[in-house]
Amino acid sequence: MIHLRLEPRADAPRLFTAAVTLGALVFAFVLSGLIIWLVGGDPIKSFGHILVAAFGSIGVISDTLVKATPLILTGLACSLAFRMRLWNIGAEGQFLLGAWGASAIVLAPILPAGTPAIIVIPAMMLAGAVAGGLWGFIPGVLRARLGVNEIITTLMLNYVALFWIEFWVFGPWSKGGFPVTEPFPPEAWLPRLTDFASAFPVLGGLTVHLGLIFGILAATIMWIALERTRWGYELRLIGDSPRAARYAGIDIDRKIIVVFVISGALAGLGGMSEVAGVVHGLQDQISPGYGFTAIIIAYLARFGPFRVIVASILFGALILAGREIQPSGVPAMIQGIVLFSLVGSDVLIRYRIRFDRRMAIA
Amino acid sequence: MTSPAPVPALEARGIVKTFPGIVANDHVDFDLRRGEIHALLGENGAGKSTLVNILAGLYLPDAGEVRLDGQPVAFDSPKDAIAAGLGMVHQHFTLVPSQTVTENVLLGMSEPRFWLHPGRSEAEIGELAERFGLRVHPGAKIWQLSVGEQQRVEVLKLLYRGARILIMDEPTAVLAPQEIDDLFRTLRSMAVDGRSIVFISHKLGEVMAIADRITVMRRGRVTAAGITPAETSTTDLARRMVGREVLEIVDKAPQQPGEVILAMRDVTADNDRALPALRGVSLDVNAGEIVGIAAVAGNGQSELAEVITGLRPCKGSITIGGEEVANRRTSHAIKHGVAHVPEDRTGVGSAPNLSVADNLIMKRYREPPVGRGWFIDDSAVRRMAQDLKDTHSIGGASIDTEARLLSGGNLQRLIFAREIDTGPRLMVAVQPTRGLDVGAIESVHRVLLERRAAGVAIVLISEELDEILTLSDRIVVMFEGRIAGSFAADEADIEEIGLLMTGGRAGRHDAAAPETSAIG
Repeated sequence: MIHLRLEPRADAPRLFTAAVTLGALVFAFVLSGLIIWLVGGDPIKSFGHILVAAFGSIGVISDTLVKATPLILTGLACSLAFRMRLWNIGAEGQFLLGAWGASAIVLAPILPAGTPAIIVIPAMMLAGAVAGGLWGFIPGVLRARLGVNEIITTLMLNYVALFWIEFWVFGPWSKGGFPVTEPFPPEAWLPRLTDFASAFPVLGGLTVHLGLIFGILAATIMWIALERTRWGYELRLIGDSPRAARYAGIDIDRKIIVVFVISGALAGLGGMSEVAGVVHGLQDQISPGYGFTAIIIAYLARFGPFRVIVASILFGALILAGREIQPSGVPAMIQGIVLFSLVGSDVLIRYRIRFDRRMAIA
Repeated sequence: MTSPAPVPALEARGIVKTFPGIVANDHVDFDLRRGEIHALLGENGAGKSTLVNILAGLYLPDAGEVRLDGQPVAFDSPKDAIAAGLGMVHQHFTLVPSQTVTENVLLGMSEPRFWLHPGRSEAEIGELAERFGLRVHPGAKIWQLSVGEQQRVEVLKLLYRGARILIMDEPTAVLAPQEIDDLFRTLRSMAVDGRSIVFISHKLGEVMAIADRITVMRRGRVTAAGITPAETSTTDLARRMVGREVLEIVDKAPQQPGEVILAMRDVTADNDRALPALRGVSLDVNAGEIVGIAAVAGNGQSELAEVITGLRPCKGSITIGGEEVANRRTSHAIKHGVAHVPEDRTGVGSAPNLSVADNLIMKRYREPPVGRGWFIDDSAVRRMAQDLKDTHSIGGASIDTEARLLSGGNLQRLIFAREIDTGPRLMVAVQPTRGLDVGAIESVHRVLLERRAAGVAIVLISEELDEILTLSDRIVVMFEGRIAGSFAADEADIEEIGLLMTGGRAGRHDAAAPETSAIG
């Protein structure tokens, strides 16, 4: 009888990890292609179509980056928490709360109409981050103080956040009974490239907005924090061995709360960037599931901040292509297969697979 | 029928088993007769668990043979073993808390196939329990049962599957005295019924009371093979168990201890299961003195190390150089010069997937030169790590190597290097040489004596009595969370220490009475 045995791998070099991740991605696309072929499609043409739809021109590249922006911020949110093995799958809810908090500045209104952009925009950023951070604080405190499983709380809080948004867009902030709010005044819009088209005509129609810069800055700050600061060192230590961290004198409970708040704030900033940069208002369908896609992105990026940007662009392209190709479920299917391949490929990184023939004695 | 001696029910011949760095079983012979209770006695790390795991088919031996009723066997899994009539009760139970006794007993059996017949099964199990005096209600849920009752369920599981040989791994460790009596009655009735029992323990009194024969192990070898209680005494067993081998010669210069560094007064603490682990311990340790804590595992010594280092809450007073540290943060203890070489090197003492450099700064990243404000100065980290790696000869590739790739000896060098580098006034070293090879053991001993010479107060917790006798200036024996005795190194009597460690009551003539806890 042939046994399949898994042995822990002593050493997995970085290059190997990268190769396995890439391999998983290739595998996912081959498998997706196979499924497309099985249902009678032409995989080559489909992928070609996705490529053209996402990267075929300056215009669509810009659209891809717009789609990638909320993914970068929520992807960073997940990566940060996952580094400490805190399974925050509530980036979706934190994103929504952030969108709501930012909207409140203009719609409540917290700042009077006519306040200049230089004040409104930072206020919205702050409100988005605080609201998202609060949505992270709740599961963080529950986990740190009472040991409540954060997967359940963050998942459930997503629904609470969704209904919270619905309440406001159907109720107090509804525009004539429709689930949308009054559009934000231009002072509350994040600058887009197309806004500079009068000076540089080449930028005309490009909708990339300042939120992308937030994402890149956040990734940079997160990288520095993780790799160069005491705070990041403690986080790496807790992530690797909570018992060793306790032994080194680190207050783990406090850290859990802080990381959850920052994680929520990043996702919340993503929500702010979406309402202020793209939608220019609040509506019930503000997110097509960015916070859930972010989980896949964090995994694909192996929790590395800059890799999150790359993975987000890939998934931004898939989301964009979803509008272009029929049936539109294909890109969603590819996303799902990518996640499964990545999770499955983890086994190869941590274990060596051995085939052995064992003789049963006696 | 030609052989006069009956074939043993279970027999092991020439068992050798090595793990990286240690020989756990070194040509071990063992035989178990039908209908006997055979005690396997030895300190932690003596190789008892390795031997029974080989007997039960959980490990394969490197050399040697296991025979069941004279036939060589090699089990693939515990399931194969139990099918052949051999079962083991582990120290940690394998029961489903939300299910009933009957359901737990039936779990994993191929009969009944699909429909359970709770009434019929319950009656069968109740009858079996009755027969062997295993008082437990078959319909009770596991979570409602005491630890002793849960143990009975484990035994029932094996009996219901027709086990003829039962291996019990320290069954009395978790039991109250009354429950121990009940267990012994059960063991007796099973033996009368023709079943054979391997009974693992390190409590001498119990072994003398229950065993038909006794095998003693020490450092992977058998030091007494199948002797009867009549042929021996607790003193003799203690000697065989702890032995008296002279360790490699280490220079231990005579030295006058300095002022009191650690002072504990009437400290009590619970263990992880919320049971009392320390029951009023008072202890002083002076500068330049090694105090060795001799105790069998689970008698409060691990908790002692944890309360001193701030990892475990406690009641009572603990001062370091006059400063109260009890119940403060661990970082507070670190700041007050408490170094800790923990028992679990890979789980607590190091972060396995971080680099050697990252592991070396664990206690020093908060302050310069490593920590600068919010930041960590990477070049200072590398300089410090390289420096420590060189001065403490930590082998292995480089300071960027992940800690889990280091050998046990190098990992322990890393931990010592880090702890010494904090410039401690007090060092708590727990099982510092467990699992290390001779060279690494020697270097650990040398480091401890160097620190002693440098005026550090040292608490050495070890199950290696030789180590304690060789290194300590004073030896403190702990039993069941209390200090059972205290000896100056030159007056230490190994047999008496062995007796006190195992709860023996004899020969307490000149040593401190167990309840007298203040030492100084």
